[in-house]
Amino acid sequence: MEIAVIRAGMLTTVQDLGRRGHLSEGVPAGGAADPFALRVANLLVGNPEDSPGLEVTLTGPELEFSQAAWVAVCGARFEGVPAWKPFRVEAGGRLRLGARLQGCRALVSVSGGLEVEPVLGGRGTLASAGIGGFHGRALRAGDVLRTAPSGRAPTGHWSIDERILPRYSAEPSVRVVPGLHAGEFGDALHSGRFAVAAESDRMGIRLRGPKLARPGGGDLVSAAVAPGTVQVPPDGNPIVLMADAQTLGGYPRAAHVISVDQPLLAQLAPGDAVRFVPATLAEAHALIHAREHDLGLLRQGLAEKIRPA
Amino acid sequence: MKLEPLGDSAVVATLGPGIDPETLALVLALSEAVGAARGRGIVDVVPAYSTVTVFYDPAQFAAPAGGAYGQVCQFVESCAPRPGGPAPRAAPRLVEIPVCYGGELGPDLGTVAERAGLGGAEAAALHAGADYLVYAIGFTPGFPYLGGLPAGLHTPRRATPRPRVAAGSVGIGGAQTGVYPLASPGGWQIIGRTPLALFRPAENPASLLGPGDRVRFRAISQAEFESWK
Repeated sequence: MEIAVIRAGMLTTVQDLGRRGHLSEGVPAGGAADPFALRVANLLVGNPEDSPGLEVTLTGPELEFSQAAWVAVCGARFEGVPAWKPFRVEAGGRLRLGARLQGCRALVSVSGGLEVEPVLGGRGTLASAGIGGFHGRALRAGDVLRTAPSGRAPTGHWSIDERILPRYSAEPSVRVVPGLHAGEFGDALHSGRFAVAAESDRMGIRLRGPKLARPGGGDLVSAAVAPGTVQVPPDGNPIVLMADAQTLGGYPRAAHVISVDQPLLAQLAPGDAVRFVPATLAEAHALIHAREHDLGLLRQGLAEKIRPA
Repeated sequence: MKLEPLGDSAVVATLGPGIDPETLALVLALSEAVGAARGRGIVDVVPAYSTVTVFYDPAQFAAPAGGAYGQVCQFVESCAPRPGGPAPRAAPRLVEIPVCYGGELGPDLGTVAERAGLGGAEAAALHAGADYLVYAIGFTPGFPYLGGLPAGLHTPRRATPRPRVAAGSVGIGGAQTGVYPLASPGGWQIIGRTPLALFRPAENPASLLGPGDRVRFRAISQAEFESWK
């Protein structure tokens, strides 16, 4: 099946669940900024959870399908398409994501999954290096994507239990565990409201709020960082690293956003705001187990509802 | 060895206070041992300067909660280099990087030379005459953080970064020197360019250089640069 890009939207890229094993070569894990949304979108159309889909940013694309297919749009909500629910696009029909209603990034899965070549073990686009996804770049009008054949289709009327979704908000409280240099910043990170600056992207969310001062100062030896790391450059404005962030950092780390709350960050648009609340490592791990339990139940439930076509 | 969490999915082992070849040798020994014994749940290992960061997937460790961090720490401890120093590694690789210094390919060579009180050719010879050690790969895919820049060539970054530095550009930023594998914005002083690809996504490993490699730069002419295959 072919999908023709009529309008690309502001930044639409092919993404999967990221690369593993290449961090020491400076290659970030990348993948969907909101991996929870991609996993669910794939499950809803009968794909493996790590199938490549499209990550749509702020403005939606318009796509023409050569054959009928099932589609799920998860994460950010856009006018004109159901959220967190599979729907059918007919042969010759168009999938249009209208105005953005909530969030920043929608993950769009198509039954069968997008067919792109793996690069360094991943199918996601790493635009900064020009690799992966569709020719290493964001989609443009005129591009034609291919999907693999799918032998499965949703049946009956049902919807997923929205209680399993992350608590998306334009002003979320995200939970953090302390960073290596947390003690040097005092309580500023937990006391303020931080606005999302316009120059935020898949590498990092740049925040403006109370300045984080580090009285000791001093240079640090560069070491590995990760998505969720809250690092503080000398200007005192924290940056939360995202999926495509560089693999090493030399700025002090005030905190790390816990894994289960990283989708909340992915859905922040410029002008939104965020607060940071403390959590423990044990809580962070228990929440990961709870999320996997929820997704396991969803997988089981869907096994009966998505059948060989 | 000091172990600390990096978020909820990684453990950082710190093996020394700063930047020196002895600490790097410990880091590489630990990183190789962790990589070789990598089991279920360990997803990536990153050696850099004085640390080894071990990434794990908490979902692959059985509850009770919090168990994953302890288990990974135990695993990293069990991989620690024995007292008496790390086992000798295979002889470090020496990689020669041809560089066309100065001119259009190295527009900041003059700035660097002037600060050093040298002519451009002398500054290039000083850069090409030193031995360098790769302490880490990062910043962009394949970008080597090199130690060993002669003190005379230490030069502050440009006040205003360039919006685009060409792939292969060889730069100096403070006490560091390195090569930009990809075209990217950059604030370092650009003194030359290599025709070698430092990032080769179709190959394994994709990075030409790895931590622990020794590097020498060799000056080439613009004609050699252009005819390089």
